Amino acid sequence: MNTSGLTLTRAGQAIPRGSIAALPFADFRRVVIDQAREGLAVAALFGDVPAGSERVDLYVVLADRESSRLGVGKTTLELDAFASLTPDCARVHLFEREIAEQYGVRPEGHPWLKPVRFHGSYRSGHDAWGRGPGEPIVVGVTDFFRVEGEEIHEVAVGPVHAGVIEPGHFRFQCHGEQVFHLEISLGYQHRGIERSLVGGPDKKTAHLMEVVAGDTSIGHATAYCRVVEALAGRQPPIRADALRAIALELERLANHTGDLGALAGDVGFLPTASYCGRLRGDFLNLTALICGSRFGRGMVRPGGVRFDVEPSRVEECSKRLKKALRDVTTAVDLLWNSSSVQARFEGTGTVSLEVATDLGLVGPAARACGLECDSRRDFPSGIYRFAQAPISSWNTGDVFARAYVRWLEIERSAAFIMDQLQSLPDGPIEAPAGALRPDHLAISLVEGWRGEICHVALTDHAGRFARYKIVDPSFHNWMGLAMALRDEQISDFPLCNKSFNLSYCGHDL
Amino acid sequence: METIARDAAHVLFALGFPPLLLGVIGKTKAFFAGRVGPPVLQPYYDLIKLFQKGSVIGGTTTWVFRAGPAAGLATAALASLFIPLAGAAAPVSFAGDLVLFAYLLGLGRFFTALAALDTGSPFEGMGAAREVTFACLAEPAFFLGLLVLAKLTGSLSMGGMLGGSLAAHWSTAGASLALVLLSWFIVLLAENSRIPFDDPNTHLELTMIHEVMVLDHSGPAFGMILYGAAIKLFVFSALVARVAFSAGLGSAWLAWPVFVVGMLLIAVVVGVVESVMARLRLLHVPTLLVAACLLSAFGVVLLAR
Repeated sequence: MNTSGLTLTRAGQAIPRGSIAALPFADFRRVVIDQAREGLAVAALFGDVPAGSERVDLYVVLADRESSRLGVGKTTLELDAFASLTPDCARVHLFEREIAEQYGVRPEGHPWLKPVRFHGSYRSGHDAWGRGPGEPIVVGVTDFFRVEGEEIHEVAVGPVHAGVIEPGHFRFQCHGEQVFHLEISLGYQHRGIERSLVGGPDKKTAHLMEVVAGDTSIGHATAYCRVVEALAGRQPPIRADALRAIALELERLANHTGDLGALAGDVGFLPTASYCGRLRGDFLNLTALICGSRFGRGMVRPGGVRFDVEPSRVEECSKRLKKALRDVTTAVDLLWNSSSVQARFEGTGTVSLEVATDLGLVGPAARACGLECDSRRDFPSGIYRFAQAPISSWNTGDVFARAYVRWLEIERSAAFIMDQLQSLPDGPIEAPAGALRPDHLAISLVEGWRGEICHVALTDHAGRFARYKIVDPSFHNWMGLAMALRDEQISDFPLCNKSFNLSYCGHDL
Repeated sequence: METIARDAAHVLFALGFPPLLLGVIGKTKAFFAGRVGPPVLQPYYDLIKLFQKGSVIGGTTTWVFRAGPAAGLATAALASLFIPLAGAAAPVSFAGDLVLFAYLLGLGRFFTALAALDTGSPFEGMGAAREVTFACLAEPAFFLGLLVLAKLTGSLSMGGMLGGSLAAHWSTAGASLALVLLSWFIVLLAENSRIPFDDPNTHLELTMIHEVMVLDHSGPAFGMILYGAAIKLFVFSALVARVAFSAGLGSAWLAWPVFVVGMLLIAVVVGVVESVMARLRLLHVPTLLVAACLLSAFGVVLLAR
């Protein structure tokens, strides 16, 4: 990483806010664009209004996967407008829309500046679209991309869907069955989580983290705990690290298995669909065996974990895991061996490596395009510093690749859990984290089952959260789904959608 | 007197039996999925439930929307009168009735598509477009199959073509009949929106063909649609059963058991097909239908020696 102007740190480390390089905006813009071109990921880009100030600060967290280093930069905006970075660095497009919506500052030159979650500005009287303070904002009411033409028709789906899924609005510009463009409009699940974390941490905080995206409870809770532990300057005991990793990998197993079953269901392939639906429950039950909750609620807390496993339950856990893995192998092999399924998966919803890189995709969706990124390897923390699951990738970028990467991860995560269960370190499971250091910044990166989860916390002079930024992997990946649909058949949308299986509430926060 | 009793039995059977076929398909699929599945009689319970419900009718729709389900049910029920069931002759039969038979089903589809378009929903329009496109390709396969039967039996009525004389031709023109059988089975799957053409159980509105056209119907109207679909499945299964089991249908004593078991067997085969294969990509559906046409066409060619 060319260190020009950025302050270097690592995931899970706290740095004083005063030590963060404050750049003039022009330099800030140039550094981000240059570094992104060099291949650095934009882990987070967010605004903040420091106490007692009227001006908006922008923070960027750039992640260098080669050296495991993070570069943090900061700039103060003098006006309510700035030159958009998006034309030169596509992967920040949604971050800029988010900043515009939250702080009422306008990224001039942004190609498609629309609200993200449809809420009022955090700074009253400043609005990027010039809306008055009392003006009602209705979710989903905004401009949409339109293709004109006699033979073009527009299909709008949602926010209420035929299945029991989260709300989101999808607009297709179609020519017959062919999709020219898909635009995705979310925000229906916006709960204001980031804002409600300010002033924390308190009793509520950990619970809120577990519902940022309900299917990623362990992932977000772990990311939060790492941030708190970094700010407090305490490491959790090594046994707690191992148990957290086991819970995180079980979450991955359960969701990937459910996804493979759902993919089979979407192409009408019954056997795998029904078996995987049941087996997902087996993995969830393993999490319940450890902590009493199928989704791992209450398991991970700052300082360690709340539930220990005695040798008999370790035994039981490995026994049940082995059996479940054997069953999943049988069910998923049916999928790979059925030519009618492969005919549907292969070549559907292709995302090129170039597009994946430009958009900064993360997680299995990125690895399916051949983008080798995995926070467990690139920014290891906790037990991943000592034990690694091999990175799983494929290179075709289609539905098959996204399914196959999931399958590889199922195999490797199961092997990883087996290893961990066999060599579980001794010792306590909890060490009180203590008070947070004032005026610090800490970043944590956790590879949840959907991809990289980034949490950034800034503390005030009393050691409370002054700003807490959550970046769910879905935030990076929704645009990838839109691109996957270009020139595809509209009837293949549900399949492509399922192959990404992104979170609505993780995006909407 | 005897004719009246026979025709009454025909009508009762054609109206009462069809939902059972759906139940058997469901049970077969549940077996393959490792589940217990709903009871075999579930489709009957569903119909009873639907007919007791109220209907919600969209404010933008006209009488066409309400006519769709009724037309679909009426045409399917009428079409069933042209097919000889077990040993008996068909209640209605005249030379050239095959055209009426085919276009009764066509009329039902026409009204279903119109009712779908009447809602103004983009989904339903999409489904209607898909349905009629695929029907265009299924029709030639069906007619070419009829051509084979007409040439073999020398009759131009459904009753005659599928009648008792068919059994004798298995020994002389078995290859042609086997090709027609295969082709008609594909047509059966396509016409009744089964996998690999359509997934009757999907909730994904963008991938549906037939189901998406009836999304706006509810209560008794939806019940009529389901019932009409069951009768249509019965009609096509009966066609296939008449060709496949014509030998067993000749004897007076065996006719009914062979027919009923044959129909149930066809339902099981449909269930097995749905369990072991995935849906085709929509783009590839025409390919399979063209293959069905070719099968029937080869059946004709084989007879032209």
